[in-house]
Amino acid sequence: MPIHCEIVSQDRIVFQGDVDIVVVPGVEGVMGILPNHSPLLSTLQYGIITVRKQNQEEYFTVAGGVVEVTGNQVTILANAAENVDEINIQRAEDARQRAESSLKEAGAAKPEDQAALQLALKRSTLRITAVQRFRQRRTR
Amino acid sequence: MASTREMRLRIRSVKNLAQVTRALETVSASKVRRAIQANERTRPYAERAWRILTDLARQPGHQSMHPLLAERDEVNNILVILISSDRGLAGAYNVNIVREALLHFVDSQIPISYITVGKRGRDMLLRRRRKVVGEFSGLSANPTYLESAPIGQLAVDEFLSHRADQVYVAYTEYQNMMRQEPVIRKILPFTVPDDEYTTAAYGTPVKSKLVFTYEPGQEEILHTIIPDFTALQIYKSILSALASEHAARMVAMRNATTSAKDLVSLLQLEYNKVRQAGITNEMLDISGGAEALSQASA
Repeated sequence: MPIHCEIVSQDRIVFQGDVDIVVVPGVEGVMGILPNHSPLLSTLQYGIITVRKQNQEEYFTVAGGVVEVTGNQVTILANAAENVDEINIQRAEDARQRAESSLKEAGAAKPEDQAALQLALKRSTLRITAVQRFRQRRTR
Repeated sequence: MASTREMRLRIRSVKNLAQVTRALETVSASKVRRAIQANERTRPYAERAWRILTDLARQPGHQSMHPLLAERDEVNNILVILISSDRGLAGAYNVNIVREALLHFVDSQIPISYITVGKRGRDMLLRRRRKVVGEFSGLSANPTYLESAPIGQLAVDEFLSHRADQVYVAYTEYQNMMRQEPVIRKILPFTVPDDEYTTAAYGTPVKSKLVFTYEPGQEEILHTIIPDFTALQIYKSILSALASEHAARMVAMRNATTSAKDLVSLLQLEYNKVRQAGITNEMLDISGGAEALSQASA
């Protein structure tokens, strides 16, 4: 019996479909959700969501969010979720360098600016590692 | 009276103006559509987040427990997020929203600070010497959620640090091409209202009968989801305001095109009269001259 999985970010539906297993980065550790999981509501941390259907795997980066499991329905409210295949590696590298250099300069910047920069750095780093780890697996 | 040459130049320049305003009108019309579509795309997330949120927030005891849900007994500071545009030429759009925001709090004795989105609103508030604690201008033409997320973050921070006890968002709600309403809505502390607006925007909340396991706990989940939802509300407000801005600009441009055309026909009439008067005068001269010649030869 498949699970219906939805990954929605604030501005679009990132993924929607029936899958066999969903692996999400919960705050208390990575968890795999199989069919007939008990109802669950959990927050997510920065990381990778994996969905598998027969031997096809798809990977998504997520910058935190919430997952809701009810019966065979998994809903992931994700911040800035992206399919790993969609990530533009060049742009991610550029973004990381920009964030790093402005963090160095911005010693005296406003704390909220610095927090935003830290987050940008975290996001771009996550993207880059995700691409490095998961793109090769696909091509094997 | 101006010479015919000057008048011809004037007519041509007004015609050119009409062409420019007509082009701007078409551009604004397509931008309205784009902003509405972007707002529509937030719907799947908004509905699901709203469902989880209302379900959690309605559980007994939460109003008093979670800081983002708790009404404060004493309101010492109010924060208003004012959404206006970066550019003018949109009729009374910016004036309306700023006036509405100022009027709404005109009787309040509580100090009010502002976060502005858009240069116009910022400038107007600064000219009136209001306290502007943050400003976000120069958002892109099609703002993404990530661009607007820091605004929500800032609002939540101000609220949690007790620099603000209530947070409002003031924006122009898009209703249709001809109608945009300035709206002021409280977003923090978060309440679960059952009014028409929220039902239309997020669907009716359904009470879930399932017994959930919460990881790590209900409080922490609320703590993640409320700031995200606040940021989403602000994002939706920005998109709605953007649609309103372009609609207002479209109407302003259409009016400009119409008046330019009126002016052209007025000038054209005037020009024709002057030209005809010139021709008549010349005819009189010629016929007068011919008359004098024929009399002299006779």
